[in-house]
Amino acid sequence: MLLEISDLSVEFRLLQDKVKALHQVSLSIDRGEIVGVVGESGSGKSVTALSVLGLLDKNATITGGAIRFKGTDVLRLSPRERQALRGKEIGMVFQEPMTALNPTMRIGAQLAEVFRLHRGVSRKEAYALAVNSLAEVHIRDPELVARKYPFELSGGMRQRVVIALAMAAPPELLIADEPTTALDVTIQAEILKLMKELAESRGTAIMLITHDLGVVAQLCQRVVVMYAGEVVETGKTRHVLAAPVHPYTRALIGALPDLADPDQPLQAIAGEVPDLRHRPAGCIFASRCAAANEQCRSQHPVLEMVSAERETHQAACWVR
Amino acid sequence: MSVNLEPQPATLPRRRFNPFWYKLKKNPLTLLGLSLLLILLLLSVFAPLITPYDPTKINIVERFAPPSSTHWFGTDEVGRDIFTRILYGARLSLGVGVAVVCTAGLIGTVIGCISGYFGGRLDQLIMRLMDMVLAFPSLVLAMALAATLGPNLVNAMIAIAIVKIPVYVRLARAEALALREKLFVKAAVTFGIPSWRIILRHIIPNAVSPVVIQVTLDIGDAILLVATLGFLGLGAQPPTPEWGAMISIGWKYLLDYWWYPTFPGLALFLASCGFNLIGDGIRDILDPKANR
Repeated sequence: MLLEISDLSVEFRLLQDKVKALHQVSLSIDRGEIVGVVGESGSGKSVTALSVLGLLDKNATITGGAIRFKGTDVLRLSPRERQALRGKEIGMVFQEPMTALNPTMRIGAQLAEVFRLHRGVSRKEAYALAVNSLAEVHIRDPELVARKYPFELSGGMRQRVVIALAMAAPPELLIADEPTTALDVTIQAEILKLMKELAESRGTAIMLITHDLGVVAQLCQRVVVMYAGEVVETGKTRHVLAAPVHPYTRALIGALPDLADPDQPLQAIAGEVPDLRHRPAGCIFASRCAAANEQCRSQHPVLEMVSAERETHQAACWVR
Repeated sequence: MSVNLEPQPATLPRRRFNPFWYKLKKNPLTLLGLSLLLILLLLSVFAPLITPYDPTKINIVERFAPPSSTHWFGTDEVGRDIFTRILYGARLSLGVGVAVVCTAGLIGTVIGCISGYFGGRLDQLIMRLMDMVLAFPSLVLAMALAATLGPNLVNAMIAIAIVKIPVYVRLARAEALALREKLFVKAAVTFGIPSWRIILRHIIPNAVSPVVIQVTLDIGDAILLVATLGFLGLGAQPPTPEWGAMISIGWKYLLDYWWYPTFPGLALFLASCGFNLIGDGIRDILDPKANR
């Protein structure tokens, strides 16, 4: 396993309250694998990613669990050692390409800075690598673009530059936090294709955070469904999407608009995410679940194997 | 219907519209300040071509000569041409003013960005130190520092720079606090760029614009402070042609030889006036809220 998160719990301090943003989250990513992490806003996808990088805000504390990267528990590393992991071993791509680049530095200089840092090459070599990396993310006229400032590029081009930056080392794990949400649909597909292509050629694993199940179906070998800071279902993408077990996963899939029948009203999930300051004793989804029974409200379900033939497909649900 | 989408070369403006120059032209006071300084700068740079006299050479025979066609602004107590001394003094005053404020701006920006980026105890410590400096009236503190270091021009410059630093620290810190939360800075952290480089390449270049405005506003003030320390005998020492020192000696002769302190005073007034007008103008021009 490249990355192994086990029973990770994270709390945020908000004035006098403690918000339990993550509750015993476990997930793992193998070398070269693309894993999708899906869930609605506030389900803890980004918090999980930031925990791996060690970039949680100051008011957050990790209250339990372990994050093992290539076998070593990164939570026990010194700040200096964690700094060495960032960029070199674990790269990150962000949702907002418009603001992810330094507006006062030329594209080539920003890339060269990172290449110099991770490859230990001379200024000139780093710049050559930078231009080359622009070509690798399919930017036409890389020499010209390298001399431009971020404001001169479109959102899609900027995201390509950010990907080039994140893949500079190249890292063994790329965390992509909704990399295509801010881009328009035609560019989304290109960016996703590009990420997949780069990851395959370099053997980089990707943790793809998204709320777009279509993207997951296209790209990911495995998927982790999160709800209110917990993993509710996980397994091979084809298993989970074809035969979802957890009512939340089913509802997410049901909420996708049907292009064949556009007149059909959109399906929403009734109710809202519970108050994470006070986690319920039972299933976290019980308050919004149509199938919930007494057991669901009183006992917390754990991830269990769904069936013997679909190995690794697990769900945390009493009523499946 | 077909629409002609070809660019129309005939209607294209010949030069690119530059809002900065456009706004500058609309601001007569700034232009006045700019021309004042430009004239002063040219006069001081070409001083040896403009006047035949030496600013420090004593000529007792012609002492206290009133303004005339040979000595436009008269001469002082040892017969030196005051016009010449003002021109050479302009080199000193303008140079010293710019140098002091730029030094203070540079040091203040670095300290402020470090303080704002790291935050926490370091930030607290730095800001309380700056509050201590700010608690004193700047002139009194500059005088105390200059007197402690010893009265000469370099020490006066150091003293004024120290007094000016806290303003820049505060400005840069406020920018750094905002920049720290920007995605590109967080992204730089995830790319593994070390903190010192983030401050140097990603924070400071994005934090300088308010500092630059403050610098232009402060140069006039710094020139006045240099002259004040000179006037009090804590700055440039005779026979250096420094405006403050000239006024300091000259005011004793005001009643008998009015030209001696008046012309250096006028030069000082015009110079600081020019810088202040430019500073105000640049602030207005660069202020996006003032766009009409």
